[in-house]
Amino acid sequence: MKRWIAFWNILVKDFRTYYLKPPNISWGLIFPLAWTGMFFIRSGRGLESLSSILPGVIALSILFGTTSLLAVTVTFEKKNRSFERLLLAPIPLELLMLAKTSGAILFGVVNAFVPIIMAAFLVDLSQVNWLLFIPAVVLISIASTFLGLFIAVAVSEVFEAQTFSNFFRFPMIFLCGLFFPLSALPFFLKPLAYVLPLTYGADLLHGAIHGGNIMAFPLDLIILALFCIGLFMASLRNIKRRWIV
Amino acid sequence: MKTENNIAIKVQGLAKRFGDVQAVAAVDFEVSSGELFGFLGPNGAGKTTTINMLTGLARPDAGTIHLGGIDCTRKPRGAQHLIGVVPDESNLYPELSGYDNLCFCAALYGLSKAERQARAKELLEVFDLTKAAKRKFGGYSKGMKRRLTIAAGIIHRPKILFLDEPTTGIDVASARQLRQLIKELHKNGTTIFLTTHYIDEAERLCDRVAFIMDGRIVKVDNVTNLVEPIRAQHVLQISCADTAKNLTEELAKEFPGLTFTSPQPGLIRVESDAAIYIGALIRSLENHRIDVTEARKVKPSLEDVFVQITGINADIMRKEREKSGVKA
Ligand SMILES: Nc1ncnc2c1ncn2[C@@H]1O[C@H](COP(=O)(O)OP(=O)(O)OP(=O)(O)O)[C@@H](O)[C@H]1O
Ligand SMILES: [Mg+2]
Repeated sequence: MKRWIAFWNILVKDFRTYYLKPPNISWGLIFPLAWTGMFFIRSGRGLESLSSILPGVIALSILFGTTSLLAVTVTFEKKNRSFERLLLAPIPLELLMLAKTSGAILFGVVNAFVPIIMAAFLVDLSQVNWLLFIPAVVLISIASTFLGLFIAVAVSEVFEAQTFSNFFRFPMIFLCGLFFPLSALPFFLKPLAYVLPLTYGADLLHGAIHGGNIMAFPLDLIILALFCIGLFMASLRNIKRRWIV
Repeated sequence: MKTENNIAIKVQGLAKRFGDVQAVAAVDFEVSSGELFGFLGPNGAGKTTTINMLTGLARPDAGTIHLGGIDCTRKPRGAQHLIGVVPDESNLYPELSGYDNLCFCAALYGLSKAERQARAKELLEVFDLTKAAKRKFGGYSKGMKRRLTIAAGIIHRPKILFLDEPTTGIDVASARQLRQLIKELHKNGTTIFLTTHYIDEAERLCDRVAFIMDGRIVKVDNVTNLVEPIRAQHVLQISCADTAKNLTEELAKEFPGLTFTSPQPGLIRVESDAAIYIGALIRSLENHRIDVTEARKVKPSLEDVFVQITGINADIMRKEREKSGVKA
């Protein structure tokens, strides 16, 4: 019980101090809009192509939203030493890091619905498989949050976290089958796509939104879940090894 | 009687190295339940590093730590519910108000909402911060930050409290108030581990002190035991306007039975087992054309013990280094 009081209050504090700040909220809105607009212009196609762009936009909204915020909530607190305050509290490290990341996960899920709501005004979304869409969005949020955590605990400066996370984020835009099918990738880049978690998340979204998946859903879900567990464990290990020096 | 049960902190062979620096080297000590233990040492002696290892913020290279009977070597951060920590630098949230910071810290220890709010208000009152309660912590003055950090460290009424230089950076009145508070916590049975540069503060507050230098404990004892041997000593401090001349050797020849040292230029320290007569000394100095500005009899204190002990230590270390230099 006591631990959950701590958990809940860490979450609420992060929401109040970081997530609900106007810059973050507007970032969450502008970002999907900009991406959608850009791909419309590039493709020169009409509204009917929206559903093929939507999965990519949703995945990117989640990825950029969660990783940017995590770099702030974790790296920044490490830098100004308030993270020590959390380490001194009687909470297991696992629960502590879940508290620090649940905010970002929720933020990612909410971000995913921004492009969906915008799209709902423009195209017919009745054929979307929501039973698949929801778990896909949640899993992508978890995986990208934990990827952000992994990056945040691997560096010590906020600006390093930004650089390092861009090193991961931007290649993922092109390598994970978000906007171009994996089959369009040169052969030597294909193996790279399969070691990135977003590939499986994007495949799920393509499947849920317009039935365009290339792998079986259970396989996507399992691999994505394994990425979540692996990244979280690796992050915990890094915190123990690099932060408690 | 000492049993395992009433030992709050037990440390054996604790060591920590940062690159080339041996911050803490094989430190052993025990602190009984309810004791106020002082950890004294110069800058860089290893005090903060020791606290960090005890509180789970740093990993020891070697040694064992028991807090309240819990083996923190095997279970790092296993005793967090017992301890409160006031770090040397503030680690609160700059963007939260003083009140919100305290409530948040209380929540980390699982206090209920009503308890958190009552306790936060109470401590803001105690630390004279009620008026600033709604202001952001980031905008506090240095002393206010210090006081709120201390409040945050005790909000959950810890059994064992670590205070890293609590009175550094706060004004005289607040420091006195804080010492009073430390005494009260001590009276109520809190075990307190206190580091400080102010030796008189340690002498006034602590039951027992450890002197640490270059990561090694050079002495641990009761304050009374430490000061007792030199209590009977008579000490005279003479300040001179002329700082260039050092007359300690000439004076020693002139006044056998008295010990003369010059702790700093312009200051002569005279020690003796018997009473010191000032007149003859001053006359002799004036004959040497020294302008005496002040002569003062001082009571030997823990500080003298500190200088004595750490001085001896420095001497030994120098000799050791010379010895190893000869070999090499
Ligand atoms: N994170 C670190 N990285 C490298 N060296 C460190 C680190 N922390 C401490 N040290 C070194 O270890 C030694 C002991 O430092 P520590 O902070 O424990 O001293 P201290 O007794 O608390 O000093 P002060 O009175 O100045 O607070 C110093 O030489 C310091 O430079
Ligand atoms: Mg220190």
